[in-house]
Amino acid sequence: MPNTKTVVPYSGTPEQEAQLKAVIAEYKDVPGGTMPVMQQAQEIFGYLPEEVQIMIAEGMGIPLEEVYGISTFYSLYNLNPKGRYKITVCLGTACYVKGSQAILDKIVARLGCPVGSISKDGKYSVDATRCVGACGLAPVMMVNDDVYGRMTPDQVDDVLAKYK
Amino acid sequence: MNFVRAHVLVCTGTGCSSAGADGIISAFEEQLKKNGLDEEVRVVKTGCLGLCAKGPNVVVYPEGVYYNYVSAEDVPEIVEEHLLKGRPVTRLIHGDAEDASKATNLTDTAFYKDQVRIALRNCGVINPEDIDEYIAYDGYAALAKVLTEMTPQQVIDEIKASGLKGRGGAGFPTGLKWQFAANSPGPVKYACCNADEGDPGAFMDRSVLEGDPHSVLEAMTIAGYAIGATEGYIYVRAEYPIAVERLKKALEQSHEYGFLGKNIFGTDFSFDIGIRLGSGAFVCGEETALMVSIEGKRGEPRCRPPYPAVKGLFGKPTILNNVETYANVCWIINHGAEAYAALGTEGSKGTKVFALGGKINNTGLVEIPMGTPLRQIIEEIGGGVPNGKKFKAVQTGGPSGACIPASQIDVPIDYENLTRIGAMMGSGGMIVLDEDDCMVDIAKFFLQFTVDESCGKCSPCRIGIKRMYDILDRITAGQGTLEDLDTLEELAAHIKGNALCGLGQTAPNPVLSTLKNFKDEYVAHVVEKRCPAGSCKALLNYTIDPAKCKGCSACSRVCPADAISGVVRSPFVIDQSKCIKCGSCMEKCKFGAISKG
Ligand SMILES: Cc1cc2nc3c(=O)[nH]c(=O)nc-3n(C[C@H](O)[C@H](O)[C@H](O)COP(=O)(O)O)c2cc1C
Ligand code: SF4
Ligand code: SF4
Ligand code: SF4
Ligand code: FES
Ligand code: FES
Repeated sequence: MPNTKTVVPYSGTPEQEAQLKAVIAEYKDVPGGTMPVMQQAQEIFGYLPEEVQIMIAEGMGIPLEEVYGISTFYSLYNLNPKGRYKITVCLGTACYVKGSQAILDKIVARLGCPVGSISKDGKYSVDATRCVGACGLAPVMMVNDDVYGRMTPDQVDDVLAKYK
Repeated sequence: MNFVRAHVLVCTGTGCSSAGADGIISAFEEQLKKNGLDEEVRVVKTGCLGLCAKGPNVVVYPEGVYYNYVSAEDVPEIVEEHLLKGRPVTRLIHGDAEDASKATNLTDTAFYKDQVRIALRNCGVINPEDIDEYIAYDGYAALAKVLTEMTPQQVIDEIKASGLKGRGGAGFPTGLKWQFAANSPGPVKYACCNADEGDPGAFMDRSVLEGDPHSVLEAMTIAGYAIGATEGYIYVRAEYPIAVERLKKALEQSHEYGFLGKNIFGTDFSFDIGIRLGSGAFVCGEETALMVSIEGKRGEPRCRPPYPAVKGLFGKPTILNNVETYANVCWIINHGAEAYAALGTEGSKGTKVFALGGKINNTGLVEIPMGTPLRQIIEEIGGGVPNGKKFKAVQTGGPSGACIPASQIDVPIDYENLTRIGAMMGSGGMIVLDEDDCMVDIAKFFLQFTVDESCGKCSPCRIGIKRMYDILDRITAGQGTLEDLDTLEELAAHIKGNALCGLGQTAPNPVLSTLKNFKDEYVAHVVEKRCPAGSCKALLNYTIDPAKCKGCSACSRVCPADAISGVVRSPFVIDQSKCIKCGSCMEKCKFGAISKG
């Protein structure tokens, strides 16, 4: 799993922290409530830095190790923030056999940003993902919520050009 | 109510949504209004129609005219010509590649005509966000029947008699599973649904949830009644936002209508369903791991027994069924076990949904009766392999699965026959491979997946699979030995016998089955240092033939690695140390000067 320790300093706002508190209050007594809280925390902050994990652990009344253990087990949780433009290339089977690796390679070469990392200016992050469920359009890449199907390496530059 | 004379069905499944379905819907709404047709023509957003490859897809009823590759710009023409003047727009009508006569009706197309849609009966037919449409198509009739006319035991007997087996991969008889849980004593039990859909490249469950969410909720409620549960959870991948949203809407609506909650249909049966999001761990599709994950912990599997039917979620008796399994249940109750059992073969009843992907023209979702020969799926329904390439194999069952080589193309698809030839049904992923796909690379691809996804709890899986992966990595780099092939088999046997859960136990399958069916390819990599499919990069070199090169510089301009240099109008050369073997240059060269080998 691609998570590494947080390298970007925490910069949460009081509003975000208040939102998180509300979520914690909602789930505190729900059995199995930790993961829904973490999922929403990630939506609020964009990622789960140590500071946020501590707030969750204290709020839910569970050890920090448990929160950390969950955040490193599941690939959905990011300990690092993602770029303003979050680029993901599907490496599910349907996309892989249609050549999505070549698309990923080209993006990495173009942006100089290895898989699983964020560019220095914080603009781009590049990740590989498993099936996004649009296999009929394989190979598929996404930038934030925009899906680009039936991709060819030739089209990579055109897609990237839209996100400057 | 106004008289509605035509319906425009616009697919809003993930495939078509990604391809621009939203824009098409707003274009239709605008154009219909403009032409004064908005009272008599209704636009319906449906779930996946099946033929995602040709999306965005639109079907116009009453004629059933099926339009492919529709764009928002095409909409005015469809409205003016078809809906106003009654002349379908032939240019956009789906045509079967080999059949120039153009089948106009959706159900007459080669893709649809041999399918039997039970689990997918409402997908692409109704608006999944409207409970009234579901009700109009027999929705909640099965639940009403069960609660008012049948005892829990009769429900279980009906499911047993249908012969329905679990569609999540293991193929365990569903009625029997329900019986075990019904027999477990206790006031608190759970009926859960596995919508984690871990096989990458498969989207059956996703399409059912997006296209017909009520059918799953209704079936879970029926299961709850049958086993004596009052609560259930549906565990969905967080990567499926549209499915999650539609499920939430469906839950709200069925509460409103009193189909969920307290005293359903005025009986003393109460049942409720919660949604839990999976957070991207393949192993959480395994039943014991899924349950700990719902409990909010790291999803590590545990030993069985005790089985979930005895001790499952929160330590209580629990059943867990796959989405597609549930999607069959209401149909069985409504039409009878006999009607279901009449479909399929001796040991495998009913239908199975497959997500056809890879090197096939009609990528998409198909539902076929058990026993349909593979050839029919590939050549007729799937429309064959594109670009005149040769069909090589299909891979079913994803990372736990195996391949079926071209020599077995006539095998009837059912549990028994697939097991007999050393393949497996799996959950429904069906990836078609052609002559350009390297089987060693495919095996390595799946092992990479299982290495990443192993939870690490037991060493045969954590260490063993990694060792198998390393060997495959060496082989694809041209550094393998013949002994490696024997080591692979030994490791595989050890892992299969000793891993704790299904992930580890089945992880060696893709390697074993490619070794069995395509040993010559492994040997070519090891002995000749050659990849017969021309796919393994380390064994490939791109070179420019100076005799053919015109020095146009087109290749050097596309090279992402700046590996090509030269002076215009004299031959260019590739610096092998920089080349990342992307193949772009070869595609670009108009003079055929670049070759790989
Ligand atoms: C590693 C692993 C992953 C699995 N993933 C899924 C899955 O994504 N969906 C699913 O329905 N079953 C999955 N299963 C099978 C489940 O454990 C279980 O057998 C199934 O959900 C039972 O439902 P069924 O009887 O209706 O098939 C998986 C099993 C293993 C070992
Ligand atoms: S077989 Fe693999 S996934 Fe399953 S428990 Fe063992 S380590 Fe975890
Ligand atoms: S294969 Fe790709 S990297 Fe290598 S020379 Fe050609 S364009 Fe450049
Ligand atoms: S594109 Fe072909 S002809 Fe042109 S420089 Fe490259 S190899 Fe030579
Ligand atoms: S494999 Fe890429 S979208 Fe399914
Ligand atoms: S998503 Fe539209 S046909 Fe599958």
